[in-house]
Amino acid sequence: MDLSAINPILLVAALMSAATPILLAATGELVVERAGVLNLGVEGMMIIGAICGFAIAVETGSPTIGFVAAAVGGALLSLLFAFLTQITLANQVASGLALTLFGLGLSALLGQGYVGIKPPRMPDINFGPLADIPVLGPILFSHDPILYVGLLIVAVVWAVLKFTRVGLVLRAVGENHDAAHALGYKVVRIRTLAIMFGGACAGMGGAYISLIRVPQWTEGMTAGVGWIALALVVFASWKPWRVLLGAYLFGGITQLQLNLQGAGVAIPVEYLAMSPYVITIVVLVILSADKSAAPGSLGRTFHASS
Amino acid sequence: MKLTTLFASAALALGLASGAWADGHEKTKVGFVYVGPVGDGGWTFTHDQGRLAVEEEFGDAVETVFVENVAEGPDAERVMTQMALDGADLIFTTSFGYMDATNNVAAKFPDIKFEHATGYKRLHPNVSTYSARFYEGRAVQGHIAGSITESNIIGYIASFPIPEVIRGINSAYIHAKKANPDVEFKIIWVYTWFDPAKEADAATALIEQGADVILQHTDSTAPHAAAQEAGNVAAFGQASDMSAYAPYPRVSAILDLWGPYYVERTRAVIDGTWESVDTWNGIGDGMVGIGEITDAVPAEVKAEALALKASLADGSYHAFTGPLNKQDGSAWLGEGESADDGTLAGMNFYVEGITGDIPQ
Amino acid sequence: MVRFEKRPQPSRLFAYATPLLAVLATFFFGGLLFAALGKDPVVSIVTIFWEPLFGEFSFFYRPQLLIKGAPLVLIAIGLSLGFKAGIWNIGAEGQYIMGALVGAGVGLAFYPTESVLIFPLMVLAGALGGMLWAMIPALLKVRFGTNEILVSLMLVYVAEQFLASMSLGLLKNPEGFGFPGSRNLQQYPSAHNAEIIAGSGMHCGVVAALIAVIFAYVLFARHKLGFAIRVTGEAPRAARFSGVNPSRLVVFCLGASGMLAGLAGLFEVSGPAGQVTIDFNVGYGFTAIIVAFLGRLNPIGIVLAGLLMALTYIGGDIAQSQLQLPAAAIQVFQGMLLFFLLAFDLFTNYRLRFGRSEVA
Repeated sequence: MDLSAINPILLVAALMSAATPILLAATGELVVERAGVLNLGVEGMMIIGAICGFAIAVETGSPTIGFVAAAVGGALLSLLFAFLTQITLANQVASGLALTLFGLGLSALLGQGYVGIKPPRMPDINFGPLADIPVLGPILFSHDPILYVGLLIVAVVWAVLKFTRVGLVLRAVGENHDAAHALGYKVVRIRTLAIMFGGACAGMGGAYISLIRVPQWTEGMTAGVGWIALALVVFASWKPWRVLLGAYLFGGITQLQLNLQGAGVAIPVEYLAMSPYVITIVVLVILSADKSAAPGSLGRTFHASS
Repeated sequence: MKLTTLFASAALALGLASGAWADGHEKTKVGFVYVGPVGDGGWTFTHDQGRLAVEEEFGDAVETVFVENVAEGPDAERVMTQMALDGADLIFTTSFGYMDATNNVAAKFPDIKFEHATGYKRLHPNVSTYSARFYEGRAVQGHIAGSITESNIIGYIASFPIPEVIRGINSAYIHAKKANPDVEFKIIWVYTWFDPAKEADAATALIEQGADVILQHTDSTAPHAAAQEAGNVAAFGQASDMSAYAPYPRVSAILDLWGPYYVERTRAVIDGTWESVDTWNGIGDGMVGIGEITDAVPAEVKAEALALKASLADGSYHAFTGPLNKQDGSAWLGEGESADDGTLAGMNFYVEGITGDIPQ
Repeated sequence: MVRFEKRPQPSRLFAYATPLLAVLATFFFGGLLFAALGKDPVVSIVTIFWEPLFGEFSFFYRPQLLIKGAPLVLIAIGLSLGFKAGIWNIGAEGQYIMGALVGAGVGLAFYPTESVLIFPLMVLAGALGGMLWAMIPALLKVRFGTNEILVSLMLVYVAEQFLASMSLGLLKNPEGFGFPGSRNLQQYPSAHNAEIIAGSGMHCGVVAALIAVIFAYVLFARHKLGFAIRVTGEAPRAARFSGVNPSRLVVFCLGASGMLAGLAGLFEVSGPAGQVTIDFNVGYGFTAIIVAFLGRLNPIGIVLAGLLMALTYIGGDIAQSQLQLPAAAIQVFQGMLLFFLLAFDLFTNYRLRFGRSEVA
């Protein structure tokens, strides 16, 4: 056993990168749930984003265009969910699960020609001398642009939800759609936009895996990350900064687990792999004292009966 | 009574189905049952390459069919039965978890030949098992890794603690140690065969802990990308060549080459010479390949590696040759003694020198 | 201007017509998909839907429908109880795993003793395992008001890790040469959930599913509890005034669904699957959620939906092997079917109105 082999600075830098896909997807899902919609199709939207981003990046040679395509792909797929749940008033749980099934299949079909290809690499941002600052340099100034975009999205979502009218309306719709409708807000339109935002974020999260973290395309490569993102939103009690904290905590547990193994510490791998889920449940129980945490209309179908 | 009539007719039809091919339909039909998608770039992909080799070899004389993403258990049993009913003459089942299903179906279709990969049960005369001595490839890999490491730390990404994986670790370690007595292995168990993101994380963790060579027993190129990112870390292709990352960080590869075996067994069915066998082939029989050793490896190391490969291939050297002790220091193999296949097949211990415990 | 107006009563006509319309729409768009992949759309669809039911080998596929459909129906019936009352258990996959683990664990503990009591004991243990796992979200909801959707979902992943741990550790077959996975219960007569009539597909799980369907039907049609469930789902406040105890209802609905999921797991592990392995669960718990909704939470509807899903799985595998359709295309096809079924349900509860909407 040699714990000195673990470099905490590099560990933190690595967990930031490892956490970015779930951070992006969970932030998107947070907005969707704050609008009162539960979309369990995150995994499906992520994998569609992963293949759209990968294919377009390979075809155009530009990872940036790839990420844009991933966001568009995720949003398009989420439109299907929006149509089902907002227009045809189908059950959200079933629609979300069907979306994941569909997304996994469709991505595999689209990706048939892209197995074994190396995508164009997205370079890290060059911060010049900033990157040489001890401790802070490697942690804060050594990453790819999308990681910062993810942080920016968290900040923007937080600010919009807290300080703007748009945020207020979104939350009103999520808390009580009947009241919001009575006040004249377009519940369906607002929710559809929120769902599309969630799809775009999930798509980018997926592309982060296929273009930066891994980078390659293989069927089913998101391997269940979408479900962790769903857990994370609850863990964060629907608050953006806590999503960030939670993403780093989840990512950190995985990183630490792998690092401990590398250092020769005998740990029960399966039980550590359970821990993020168990912790989420504990947090849920603690949060339940605060009844205001969950959006009031979460998962309920809205129909404007006139 | 309705069910009994149904069953009677079923038995009749089963009899007809398995009898039908005997009077000679023109094409030999070969079925493949895959546990993953053919696009996984790893295990299933290499088996499908084997299937294509059969098509290439026999052309119109043979028809191949496959079903991908078949879950182990009742689904596998159904798909095998379906292939048998549809007139397959030979069926390859390519996952360890298909073992009991393969034998169950083989009992119902005594005239159809079954080939089960990586298993050990041959309960019926129409079942063969086959597997590859990947540990021979690991020996070559270990030698190269031990020779080129400068930090003397080699990272190993392992999947599940099963004999196949443990054997690979031991073989790589023994030969790395021979090339470089100071070498140390850091092993991370990821508990998955396939999760590219987790493989990337594991590779990064190993690199951060000083490893400058990464060996992997998982199928994605994620560790290669992590190695490339780090700059001065070497890696090896697994299952397929992964040449997209050559010449560096990918310096060589272990290749799963199922094609020659599939061709040989198909020919045996066509010729009527097929018999139940237990095959465990290595480099010599062409089931395990060593991907091109790139120029990033020093010429003398490359020459040594090729010499090791040649001695494994012609059988003059066994990858597990004594003197070797187990991790706890107890004697395992005496001077010049080589391991028997039974011990290798069920290997559940590390050899002396590897630190850490096998998770239980 | 087109808008939807809520019907005072759900339309009986559309309740029956929408599934048919959805299937037809899927045929059309699925056909387009298959054509785009270069396959004959008509042949593809006939292969998926006709072949298993009325094709040459339907004697084999029809029983397979029972084997594939029974766990789906059994789990979905349990889920429908809660869904009707607005209690969302989406962690049936976890309860399925725990039922299988506890049940198989009890059976394996007695190995190799033979006794007629062992299988009933396993059934009991399986039911208990699933029920206790579902009690976690139930009690947390009752005691702390936590959201059962999320707790039950989280527990799926905990159960999956537990399954991996058990198949590599405690339940590993001591005679399995170190390979992961338990002994095969099919080869342990006292613990084997054998087909009641060989070749019919009828095992205890199918019988249990039928009993559950009848039980649920009677519960909703005749029993006070069924009434309480319905009222709670439709008007929670009214239910409380009429004396329904919401806590007790949560415990009953989650407990019952967990028990049925656990039973499904037990019957699967002791019958068609045979053994505990790392990949034992194949998603029945999640598919059953879709089945419950496709069946409109109605016991008869669930049976039909379960069989329909089973049909697309079985037919899909046939189409893969006979027509070389990729597995992904089948998955997309299933996704389409679900979308259309979900979307067209609108017409059961709403009618389409053309013209200007009056001002609210």
